[in-house]
Amino acid sequence: MSIHLQNVSVAIGGEKIIDSVDVALQRGTMNVLLGATLAGKTSLMRLMAGLDQPTIGKILVDGADVTGVPVRKRSVAMVYQQFVNYPSLSVYENIASPLRVAKVKADEVDRRVHEAAKVLGLEPFLKRQPSQLSGGQQQRTAIARALTKRADLVLLDEPLANLDYKLREELREELPRILSQTGATLVYATTEPLEALQLGGNTATLWQGRLIQFGPSSEVYHRPSSIESARVFSDPPLNEIPIVKAGGEVRFGDSQTMSALGTLARIADGNYTVAFRADIVSLRTAWPQSLTFAGDISVVEISGSESFVHVTSPLGTFVCVEPGVTMLQPGHRADVHVDATRVFIFDSAGALVVVDREQ
Amino acid sequence: MARITLDGIAHSYDSDADPSSYALKPIDHVWTQGRSYALLGPSGCGKTTLLNIISGLVVPSQGRLLFDDKDVTFLPTEQRNIAQVFQFPVIYDTMTVAENLAFPLKNRGLGRAAIKTRVDEISDLLGLTGDLKRRARGLTADAKQKISLGRGLVRSDVAAVLFDEPLTVIDPSLKWELRSKLKAVHRALDVLMIYVTHDQVEALTFADEVVVMKDGRILQIATPTQLFEQPDHTFVGYFIGSPGMNLVDAKIDGAQAQVGEQTIALPARYRKPPPGSSVRLGFRPDYTTLVSNGDLRVRVRKVEDLGRRRLAHVSLGAHDIFATVPHGQSVPAETAGIAIKPERLFVYVNDERVTGEPL
Repeated sequence: MSIHLQNVSVAIGGEKIIDSVDVALQRGTMNVLLGATLAGKTSLMRLMAGLDQPTIGKILVDGADVTGVPVRKRSVAMVYQQFVNYPSLSVYENIASPLRVAKVKADEVDRRVHEAAKVLGLEPFLKRQPSQLSGGQQQRTAIARALTKRADLVLLDEPLANLDYKLREELREELPRILSQTGATLVYATTEPLEALQLGGNTATLWQGRLIQFGPSSEVYHRPSSIESARVFSDPPLNEIPIVKAGGEVRFGDSQTMSALGTLARIADGNYTVAFRADIVSLRTAWPQSLTFAGDISVVEISGSESFVHVTSPLGTFVCVEPGVTMLQPGHRADVHVDATRVFIFDSAGALVVVDREQ
Repeated sequence: MARITLDGIAHSYDSDADPSSYALKPIDHVWTQGRSYALLGPSGCGKTTLLNIISGLVVPSQGRLLFDDKDVTFLPTEQRNIAQVFQFPVIYDTMTVAENLAFPLKNRGLGRAAIKTRVDEISDLLGLTGDLKRRARGLTADAKQKISLGRGLVRSDVAAVLFDEPLTVIDPSLKWELRSKLKAVHRALDVLMIYVTHDQVEALTFADEVVVMKDGRILQIATPTQLFEQPDHTFVGYFIGSPGMNLVDAKIDGAQAQVGEQTIALPARYRKPPPGSSVRLGFRPDYTTLVSNGDLRVRVRKVEDLGRRRLAHVSLGAHDIFATVPHGQSVPAETAGIAIKPERLFVYVNDERVTGEPL
């Protein structure tokens, strides 16, 4: 089904926790709600499920107003951050439970339970109790139950947040394939940008109860409409420097002046913020068109497949990513080279300044 | 206070258990002042049991725990002179931030001036100075956890500071800040820190030395660089790195290995493994490049663009493994090769890394 939140706000005690959100999710699509804690992800899901009512605005399902319709009359399944299973029932009966409630015939229940168990790799565990499963298996049981219901709308609220890091990494790989088989309209809340990119589909960036941007995930990632959207969709954090462009030169912060290279060459004179993610920073070699800032290495973090190098300069501290185990050491000088053709430029109101990439 | 000694420490929650099923198998190890350690492993690996033995919540079934030369095995927590930080913030809502930070010092009978000096130092390190006069109640979960960290770090006379997954509830964007703050605090304070986590990034970025555990057993104790570059055990190879190490079945014959129908030269000459043992080659995706020809032929299944790098999913016989696609390189056709950095190609017999004779 399609679901349309029509200019929806929720206020609690005079404080708006959801502020004028207007978004339409198409049938059968994957939609990621990306934002920090308290950005409004769970509140939006509760509205979609019918667990809460908006203070202002309407909710339309396939064009029909369902604003007052309670959750039990909607075709919705939810998966929560905490693994919610019936502790006394077997994995089989846990997955079957919504079908039992709906009085589905036994052979049909059996077929659908096995189908969901197969997709989620739970077939060997069907006779066990949830307490005999690992965290990952418990959460897969909860997901299987949500899928077997064949609800038109499946809401997943940070389903991987309570899993071990390695399990999260593995399920994150598997989930897009599993979920795409359902045909349901999917809504998936997460705080992690990488998860949004791996799930594909659409992403809505959320910030303080407002929906900042909605569109295909890779488009929102590569072309954030505002500085808030770019911040929400960056991990490591977005690097930002205030600039003043005047003629062929750009002044960074209070001090450093460079000639206007790359994208900076194509904007009008004025005040802006230039922003860049760690992916377009190099500490080794300059780019064909580089913005170069000198600084001191303040922190080096080895994390396995990547190392994070924090460089402190008069313009702020930048986080840079190096592949593998870096040999760089804290206390040394480093030049931060930023690819001037791939930086984002935001105007003084925080909106993306759109510049043709090639001229 | 200088060191903590684990002298044959082992534990079972079931007094009749057979030693092979102990929650924690016997450990001998020494932790020294001023260093930081992480206990890393999946749920149920025994890391929390070990932390609880150090804090005094659990008395081990076997062995002795020494703080310097003093046997503290049976001492209650409050007599061990340790500070602890937990997964969820433990603070007094009715007190101000400053009062919360001062509380552990007041309890120890420190004078007002000494308390103020210390509270100022810690709040400065953690970036809490601006909030010192605020009540804790109104603060976000993130800010509260910062105060918890501050309370754990405020006493200078502790034997050790123990952290039990302290960043689990923290949003990704703030994790960056808190990780580097913790590092700065550790450099400034010269205290022994022990940090429990399932998250490889947190463990490797935090610790001087990481203890990797599984099923109650320590598999490797090493620096983050060693764990990544020379894993001693197949599980360490898998658990560290994203994705983990490629592991493929092989037959070893001197300085050659046979993988399916193919042969690859090894960087050393290996002794014949005992009959019936499991023999595998291990090589990290990070040190494996997708090329047209190479050490081994593979079938390319897909290439994933992860923003910062491209990862090829390939099949080598029956094994699904990963290789890196170098920046700017085009992706070879369906059948391609992989090139493995010779010094990063390892042989594992029954999951343990074995060394060969140099050629």
